[in-house]
Amino acid sequence: MYSAIKSIVFVITMVLSPMACFTSYAQDSTVAEVVTEEVIAISETVTEGQPAHDHHAEVVDEQDPIAAIMHHISDANEFHIWGDIVLPLPVMVRKVDGSWSVGLSNQYHVEKDGLILSHGRIVDAHSHSAKGLIDLSVTKNVAMMLLSLLLLTLIFFSVKSSYQKRGVNSAPKGLQSFLEPIISFVIEDIAKPNLGKHYEKFLPYIMSAFFFILINNLLGLVPFFPASANLTGNIAFTLTMAVLTFIVTNISGNKNYWTHIFAMPGVPKVLLLIVTPLEIIGMFTKPFALMIRLFANMTAGHIIILSLVSLIFILGENGAAVGGAIGGTAIAVPFVLFMNALELLVAFLQAYIFTLLSAIFIGMAIEEHHEEAHH
Amino acid sequence: MLLFDAMELITPNLGLVFWTTICFLAFWFLVGKLAFKPIAKAIKSREESIEEALSSAKKAKEEMLQLQSDNQAAIKAAQQEASQILKEARDLKSAIEGNAQAKAKEEATKIVAEARAEIQKQKESALLEVKQEVSKLAVQIAEKILEKELSNSKEQQDFISDLVNKLN
Repeated sequence: MYSAIKSIVFVITMVLSPMACFTSYAQDSTVAEVVTEEVIAISETVTEGQPAHDHHAEVVDEQDPIAAIMHHISDANEFHIWGDIVLPLPVMVRKVDGSWSVGLSNQYHVEKDGLILSHGRIVDAHSHSAKGLIDLSVTKNVAMMLLSLLLLTLIFFSVKSSYQKRGVNSAPKGLQSFLEPIISFVIEDIAKPNLGKHYEKFLPYIMSAFFFILINNLLGLVPFFPASANLTGNIAFTLTMAVLTFIVTNISGNKNYWTHIFAMPGVPKVLLLIVTPLEIIGMFTKPFALMIRLFANMTAGHIIILSLVSLIFILGENGAAVGGAIGGTAIAVPFVLFMNALELLVAFLQAYIFTLLSAIFIGMAIEEHHEEAHH
Repeated sequence: MLLFDAMELITPNLGLVFWTTICFLAFWFLVGKLAFKPIAKAIKSREESIEEALSSAKKAKEEMLQLQSDNQAAIKAAQQEASQILKEARDLKSAIEGNAQAKAKEEATKIVAEARAEIQKQKESALLEVKQEVSKLAVQIAEKILEKELSNSKEQQDFISDLVNKLN
């Protein structure tokens, strides 16, 4: 039954996506009405220095896939839903002079408080630059993050109540049984082997990091509102997560950990002059690698998928060549499908790697003094 | 243009850092502490209960096997005992039989011997009687034959005593 539904959905997807692309080409040379938000994003030509609200009104002559892709994987102060429909988001910007500008993003289509919406971002109305502004707005990424927070809270409190309701000795059911293998995996394969006997103390952090990254990776793959934001491929997000791992690691670090950094046992005093700076650099390179890995993997995945979708527009010469568009669709759809499947794997894999490495770093910091010969 | 975009891409936005921190900390302390901890605890205690159930099942199986082998041993012992008892009974029977036979034989021999002795005795007494009778008769006959000469002749006297001696 379940597999039958899956295959029906698969067939519909396979048939509909080229058809949708084709019909939109046949109707109009501007590609503003294409099916998914992914495709819509490509259609927007982002020209330097032009206000964003002008984009859809203009008849676009030339496509710039790079700009479109960059626009799509970047954050925005408004949430693009469908065609010209945009969800305005709250704006909260501290200007260079120290005053705050607060409102909804649709108020900034025209200049407001010396600020204006350009390429989806709030910038200074005169210099067209975000320099010096502190933008604490609820952006597209933040909106998706809040959504993910809501989802996670609902999911895990319901799972928790299932455990309390059904008791310990009955088999899991529904959502509980879907999540239990994943939870067990995080506990058994990430936390326990790396954190040792004190793993329970760090379990909330490890599990929170895993599920927070996982759900945002997955939501990032959903190509339409209210998901689709490239949150986990945003350097600010990965930076924050990596910094939290750094803080947890160093706060939990025991005497043994600090001794290994500042006075590595078994190393001659003179060599410590070299070893200690290296160890101190090592403290920072570990979370730095975490930050870069998640950012690069997620962003790269999004760029590849968007590039493949762009193929339709490049080969179709922006709607001028219908045959090219059909050819591009024929190539792009299977590849995008494949990439999406791969990204689904990557979404799990990167959440796993981030938490696994976090657990390893924390595990190293809380390791008891027992393996002297190891170094 | 590309370089500019790339720079923008790897420059962290303070606003997003702020919101990520708030969201994640909220998630960590709300869901992490209030949901993940009890969930992990529930999973752990279920694992323990499953393990316990498995080990107790194993123990019960072992006990059953033990019981079975005990039973078998008991049956074997009972069988042995029964055969022992049977054997003893058989021995006893044969012993009794042998004993009785020997006794009967002995009795028979005794009876025969007694009978023989009796017969011998009877025979002897009969012979003695016959002898006495014969001697009496002989004396009477001799008396009758020798009545007249017995009183005077010495030769006769000797003859008679010689006869008597021979009779003995």
